[in-house]
Amino acid sequence: MNMISFPPRRPRGKVHVPTVTLAHGGGGKAMKDLIDDVFVAAFDNPLLAPLDDQARIDLLDLAQYGDRLAFTTDSFVVDPLVFPGGDIGKLAVCGTVNDLAVGGALPLYLSCAVIIEEGVSIDLLRQVATSMAATAREAGVKIVTGDTKVVNKGACDRMFITTTGVGVVAAGVELGAHRARPGDAVLVNGLLGDHGAAILGARGDMALQSPIESDCAPLQGLIESLLKSAPNTRFMRDPTRGGVATVLNEIAEAAQIAIEIDESATPLRNEVRGFCEILGLDPLYLANEGKIVAIVPPDEAEPAVEAMRAHPLGRQAAIIGTVVAGEPGRVTMRTIFGGRRIVDMLVGEQLPRIC
Amino acid sequence: MRYVDEFRDRVKADVLVKEIERLLAHMGRDQDRPLQIMEVCGGHTHTIFRYGVEGMLPKSIELVHGPGCPVCVLPMGRVDDCVAIAERAEVIFTTFGDAMRVPGSRKSLLQAKADGCDVRMVYSPMDALALARKNPTREVVFFGIGFETTMPSTALTVLQAEREGIKNFSIFCNHITIVPTIKAILDSPDLRLDGFLGPGHVSMVIGDAPYEFIARYYKKPMVIAGFEPLDILQSLWMLLKQIDEGRCEIENQYARVAPAGGNAVALQAVAQVYELREFFEWRGLGSIDHSGVKVREAYAGFDAERRFAVPNARIADPSSCQCGEVLKGVIKPWQCKVFGRACTPETPLGALMVSSEGACAAYYQYGGIKRGRDEAKASAA
Ligand code: SF4
Repeated sequence: MNMISFPPRRPRGKVHVPTVTLAHGGGGKAMKDLIDDVFVAAFDNPLLAPLDDQARIDLLDLAQYGDRLAFTTDSFVVDPLVFPGGDIGKLAVCGTVNDLAVGGALPLYLSCAVIIEEGVSIDLLRQVATSMAATAREAGVKIVTGDTKVVNKGACDRMFITTTGVGVVAAGVELGAHRARPGDAVLVNGLLGDHGAAILGARGDMALQSPIESDCAPLQGLIESLLKSAPNTRFMRDPTRGGVATVLNEIAEAAQIAIEIDESATPLRNEVRGFCEILGLDPLYLANEGKIVAIVPPDEAEPAVEAMRAHPLGRQAAIIGTVVAGEPGRVTMRTIFGGRRIVDMLVGEQLPRIC
Repeated sequence: MRYVDEFRDRVKADVLVKEIERLLAHMGRDQDRPLQIMEVCGGHTHTIFRYGVEGMLPKSIELVHGPGCPVCVLPMGRVDDCVAIAERAEVIFTTFGDAMRVPGSRKSLLQAKADGCDVRMVYSPMDALALARKNPTREVVFFGIGFETTMPSTALTVLQAEREGIKNFSIFCNHITIVPTIKAILDSPDLRLDGFLGPGHVSMVIGDAPYEFIARYYKKPMVIAGFEPLDILQSLWMLLKQIDEGRCEIENQYARVAPAGGNAVALQAVAQVYELREFFEWRGLGSIDHSGVKVREAYAGFDAERRFAVPNARIADPSSCQCGEVLKGVIKPWQCKVFGRACTPETPLGALMVSSEGACAAYYQYGGIKRGRDEAKASAA
């Protein structure tokens, strides 16, 4: 009997065109090729490779890290897609990794959904995927499942990415804003506002060439060493959009405490100060992508700062303020000038002043 | 930062505050009849709130936050005109950031942008001109707004466009001039002010001579002040010294930047491109004669008002707004009936709530709302 001989299995797909077209979202060969050539090749890991509809993760494997699953999701729509110090891909990994880490979780797995506008160049897509992969490696997480959609020109702004992350919280780690008490120290791990200033500068509508780079970075390592030195850390949050001022207000509101920060202790890059000065912006409201605000009991404040300073992402760590007995929900600042002012929630977006 | 940090020195600030206290005591001022000083300029208002300067001063001196934020005094009808221009398909409407949120009677520029108009934020009129060069098939309109501070840069841009023969660029001129405005305040029957901090940036252009009438005819002292917190304190101290010594002059604290004679090049460009308007409507203050400028006939091709017939409707301020009284220092922002209730930075009724330089927004953002409540409570008790 003659055996039917099948041709050898199709080799991994390749994209041969310079830009994404609607065909890449059609579910057929073009789409398979795109996913293979761009994403699977970059993310490269055994959980993703079978390209099943879901990634399956061994529970026993997870349980070795702790006793609770942490789960978060975030979408990234930054303009421009590539900016000094990073790009949308790096941002999409850091953002979700940091959202897990500030809850005290060890980030382990990510999913990644990409919505692409037709016409985006494959090179750009490759650059973004490569940077996601590199950042994931740096953060010790694996991108194990994903989704790709291509939409009509004009239906989205070149590329949106949504990442969802899974992590595990170690037994005994218990973080919450409600644990803050008067006397606690308010810490940050470094210079504030770099991301916001970098993005505004890179957009170019300000006609300002700024040499400022985004601080975009995955923080799980820094947070791990912080928690080791300050095991009673009360609470952490990453001050992304809305900046440190917004996060402090959220903490003060949630915990019904008052916070006073000291302007002269607030670490700012000179370039960021100058940038804000020119545009009439307040650096406290600028976005950060590699920063945390931590509330730490007074006796652990110094060890916490030292631990952060010993880490490459925390060299300029500082105690910027304290939890005080004051009107609940109120954040105030001692200005460098010796005055005092209220640091409120921002209404809408910060817009540059004219004179 | 050099040239900045030295103007924020805490020790020097303490010395000045002590001196101010001493002078006020010497004058016999008390909290019941505080000395009222108006800072005319929104930039000063901003610095005062940003650094908490007000809280450092004794209660026997009161700062009144004047009309000097061009965004705040822009009448609703003019915003409607902007929106009408922006709604034209061929137009790219360019504006400074903080003018985006000023409410018109229908919508703000921010809303117009959301509705599909091509509204873009620029940092200078030259950026708008660059857009015109890049988009020869579109009409680029720049929203010219501001006092003498920004007036020359718009004028210089028009002159540049003329030199290059650019045909698709125009300005929607809403520039205003500070002197008639101060005069209008001085003429107001409920005036209570004892002196003025003058806008330093304006004097960089016009010098200090145009203010002479304030001292001479209205017998009020003025100190032209810089924008750092120490500038403000030092200017206040200079003003108090004048009052204490019974002098009444126009002094210049900002001489390091603002020369007495102003800037000849800027003044020349301004004179070449603009002429005074008969009337200009101010939000909260009504119409003030000769307080605005328009583009001269010779540059009509660069005048958006002539190129795109704008509705030019006059729309009265909402009747609940007390912006005018706040601007003149008759009431404090929190004493306005709608402050923090119907009128907040999210839903501004009056213009003073729009820009961060507006007195009401500054009080709201930087904690005045609480202070207002406290003081209201204290006076009720
Ligand atoms: S609270 Fe609103 S309406 Fe009242 S004065 Fe201020 S801006 Fe005008």
